[in-house]
Amino acid sequence: MSFRMIILPLLLSSAALVGSETIVPAHALDSARESELTHLVRQDCGSCHGMTLKGGLGGPLLPESLADLESESIASIILGGVPGKPMPPWQGELSEEDAMWIADNLKKGFPQ
Amino acid sequence: MKRREFLKVSGLGAAAAAASASPVRACATTLRGTGDLAIIIERATGSILIADTTAREIVRRVEGLGDLSHASAVYSRDARYAYIFGRDGGLTKLDILEGAIVKRIMQAGNAIGGAISDDGQLVAVSNYKPGGIRVFDASTLEPVADIPATYGADKRSKTVGLVDAPGRRFIYTLYDAGEIWIADFSGNGEPRIARHKGIGELPYDALITGDGRHYIAGLFGEDGLTHIDLWQDKAEPRRILSGYGRGEKKLPVYKMPHLEGWALGGGRFLLPAVGRHELLVVDAASFEEVGRIPVHGQPIFAVARPDGRYAWVNFAHPRNDTIQVVDIPSLTVVHEFKPGPAALHMEFAPRGHEVWLSVRDANEVHVYDTHSYEKRAVLPAQKPSGIFMTARAHRIGL
Ligand code: HEC
Repeated sequence: MSFRMIILPLLLSSAALVGSETIVPAHALDSARESELTHLVRQDCGSCHGMTLKGGLGGPLLPESLADLESESIASIILGGVPGKPMPPWQGELSEEDAMWIADNLKKGFPQ
Repeated sequence: MKRREFLKVSGLGAAAAAASASPVRACATTLRGTGDLAIIIERATGSILIADTTAREIVRRVEGLGDLSHASAVYSRDARYAYIFGRDGGLTKLDILEGAIVKRIMQAGNAIGGAISDDGQLVAVSNYKPGGIRVFDASTLEPVADIPATYGADKRSKTVGLVDAPGRRFIYTLYDAGEIWIADFSGNGEPRIARHKGIGELPYDALITGDGRHYIAGLFGEDGLTHIDLWQDKAEPRRILSGYGRGEKKLPVYKMPHLEGWALGGGRFLLPAVGRHELLVVDAASFEEVGRIPVHGQPIFAVARPDGRYAWVNFAHPRNDTIQVVDIPSLTVVHEFKPGPAALHMEFAPRGHEVWLSVRDANEVHVYDTHSYEKRAVLPAQKPSGIFMTARAHRIGL
């Protein structure tokens, strides 16, 4: 797994620069954390949303399916979960910065 | 021999190219049975490993099976063909002796597991999108029936917990609708469908006991489970264990527990409690809770060794590096070890002398002696998940 994990954050941050109006990417983390989060989203969110994020028990987390949600709302769903539904609150595991980084990247198309 | 060649290159990157370039027919040219073969799902790469569980070797990698996250498999009656159910709706029939895909179809957009009928003629797949089950001829994979899981005005529910039951039946549960359906294919022509409504909030998975008698669905939206006794003439669902966890603060559930592996031993079931660091102990005759066992984390699978003496338990993120072994007669944890990151799937050899374990984030499959706990082998695999031994061909509900 390791070589992929190292390359990804680099691709990502350049994509962020190209894709956004602002010069500084909105929610950058250090690259080690970014690769941890990439892994967590693919594997652990993937167990309910599908590893390709096309949906499973939880719906798809693709840019099209999240178009109506702001990054902030997505981040708050991630941290707080959906009460009464299987979507768990991740606030014990993820910081607000982590959640914003995940939300931004889900909206852009999540890295592999 | 060809097998040797394959093994030499079975390091992570090279195997792919080598395996597809030179079809390995070693297992077919030398006569052999399939009784000690297994398949291992490599979820991230859409590939399958065929393993010889006697030699403890990987004999073949087969690629091109699509999205295999959450994939599962069933076997034909002769234990030569595996039917693999992918997340992306792919249904693949694999010849494990030839190490080759016989046929592969995309039968839906998003799927979750399947089952094969007791006579081996029908393969059913449970779909999230479009919600319902689709049934195929096991030899040709031609469609036989499409049963949408409709409810309300014209909504379709995701289906979960699809199993085979004696008498050419399939039983499954509607996640969104809270219903259990029994599709009976025993007659000629259209299947007969029995719908049981109001079985509880958000059923997320189900199992059938090895005797084909009890179908039990886990409920996410309620503390409790729903049980149907299929031996009753008028099978009616009833709530069991409805108090469990009530009044205590639940922990967030990072991975839905699987019910398939419920451990039955000495007249008791051990089952994972949803969102709790406990196993529930349930009397297998009355379905009353008779105890709880504190464990290391939120249990995902509690699988009994085939003799029913011990249950091996693994755990959800972030405690998924650990396995605990519970002695069923005394209900105590007697062994604990850390095989590595994301030890998520276990499969016992049919008579239980060894257990195969996927250690996903170490890219390894481990084989342990279940008596001495000694590690017998470490095999390379790419993000391995489910392991399916051919003995499943001969068991109800698997
Ligand atoms: C145990 C299963 C499970 C896990 C693990 C899980 N989710 Fe979910 N998630 C769900 C379900 C189910 C829903 C739909 C809830 C509903 O019915 O409203 C959901 C909904 C969501 C939504 C709202 C989508 C929408 O269209 O409204 C987002 C965003 C989301 N999840 C992100 C994540 C992220 C990011 C992770 C990993 C950090 C994650 N989920 C892990 C089950 C899960």
